[in-house]
Amino acid sequence: MLTKRKFEEFFFQILMVISTIFVLGSLLLILGTVLWRGLPALNLAMLTQTPQGGYYLGKEGGILNAILGSLCLAGGATTVAVTLSLPIALYLRIYPVPHFTRDWIRLSLDILWGIPSIVYGAIGFTVMIFLGIRASLLGGIIVLSLLELPIMVRGMEEAINMVPKELLESSYALGATRFETAFKVVVRQTLPGLVTAILLAFGRGIGDAAAVLFTAGYTDNLPTSLLRPVASLPLAVFFQLGTPFPAVQDRAYAAALVLTVLVLGLSITSRLLSTRFIKNIIR
Amino acid sequence: MSQALHPKTHSKPHLRIQDLNVWYETHHALRGISVEIPAYGITVIIGPSGCGKTTLLRSLNRLLEEREGIRIIGQVWFNGVNIYDHGVDVTDVRTRMGLLAPKPYPLPLSIYENVAYGRRIHGLDVLDKGNGRNLDLKVEHYLRTAGLWEEVKDRLWTPASALSTGQQQRLCLARALAVEPEVLLCDEPTSALDPISAQAIEEHLISLKENTTIILVTHLLRQARRLADYVIFLWMGELVECGTAKEFFENPKDSRTQAYLMGKIG
Repeated sequence: MLTKRKFEEFFFQILMVISTIFVLGSLLLILGTVLWRGLPALNLAMLTQTPQGGYYLGKEGGILNAILGSLCLAGGATTVAVTLSLPIALYLRIYPVPHFTRDWIRLSLDILWGIPSIVYGAIGFTVMIFLGIRASLLGGIIVLSLLELPIMVRGMEEAINMVPKELLESSYALGATRFETAFKVVVRQTLPGLVTAILLAFGRGIGDAAAVLFTAGYTDNLPTSLLRPVASLPLAVFFQLGTPFPAVQDRAYAAALVLTVLVLGLSITSRLLSTRFIKNIIR
Repeated sequence: MSQALHPKTHSKPHLRIQDLNVWYETHHALRGISVEIPAYGITVIIGPSGCGKTTLLRSLNRLLEEREGIRIIGQVWFNGVNIYDHGVDVTDVRTRMGLLAPKPYPLPLSIYENVAYGRRIHGLDVLDKGNGRNLDLKVEHYLRTAGLWEEVKDRLWTPASALSTGQQQRLCLARALAVEPEVLLCDEPTSALDPISAQAIEEHLISLKENTTIILVTHLLRQARRLADYVIFLWMGELVECGTAKEFFENPKDSRTQAYLMGKIG
């Protein structure tokens, strides 16, 4: 007879399988759609040209402006975010921060993480108007870096938390300062984790449309100055999908495909690079 | 006011602990320890688990305060300076006292860089920064001192983590010695090792004691008998008895020491 306990066990096994299938299915559906609709529309001109006259009506041109714009935006924002995140994460874990302070910093980061990106964009826009700055690459970088910051700090902190206390102590016991221990031992030991945190944040940054909508603007030109508007891939997808022409809509999927491949490519490259440093890690 | 430690002079006694009390949160782990540790030779701290051996050892290079919830009251005089005074540079204290931990934790670097790490951060080979030749020689010297050179000379740039546990512990010994410490603190350094590797470490400690003050924590009475020149016996956070090894093992005065040595307690 099927007892209650056996039924529970059976029920949850089924549930787990269904959930897994659902997650994997969604991933395949997304990748499939992007490939199926985007790949036919993708050609060399899309990757090497900026939009020409009538591009959004289905005529000549490409999305080079958005590709380079997105790389500048997310690359710049990630650089800024790393510069801020690494010290915060190391501070929280390596330095003797009072519990109270640590908890508050963490809570603040979690709240920042939860704020929708359109709110970042809106606030960034308000501040920029107040300062008299136009939508620009610089504005986009600043707002995106704020968006990436909490993700990066929390990810790095998780990685640093895995470092055994004894390893830190063996460095201290040699007369090393916390700073030396942090940058010569902890960063090396946790490099794969740090890279993962950076990539996660980069992915979030390059894929976000709402934060750059007001702050970076959009342009058909290539990014040339920090103080001028730049295009971005998420907005390129958005604008092209919004047109009534199927040919342009397909180009939106091609742009999405480019975005996906960029993130994936970067992820794989960095992992390959970081394996060079993994060999010394103490397990 | 900054208070620098004196240059390396071995005036006797080398370390003087005065009324040292340590609390973990509310647990009173060390109760009013006062003892003098002579220069050179091996001073062994023995006692059953939880008696405060490691706590005492780690209070000497101020590593204890890296853990949370620790309160330390008392004085540790080292070369005439109380290391718990304000203005004493904690990294200076630790530079002069090497540590060998129970389980070896090599740094996430190559074998060569593990030994060079301490010398680099303290700029000990700063004179020949250009070619690093002196550093190469020093690394070789300390790897030889720790008896590891022959085994690793062809793979100095491979990860230290690939070594066996016994080799890692000898690497940690080389790494500690490379900073040229006056005192070597050993916290059950053979507890994770096989008997052969343990014997190698013991032999190295004996050969080092001519020029270094070695303080060894162990719960192995046999090891204490083999190595000790001077013994400190702790029981439940209190110092019960201390003295030269001969005196301590042959003519213990306290009844608890007698019981411990006979295997009745601990």
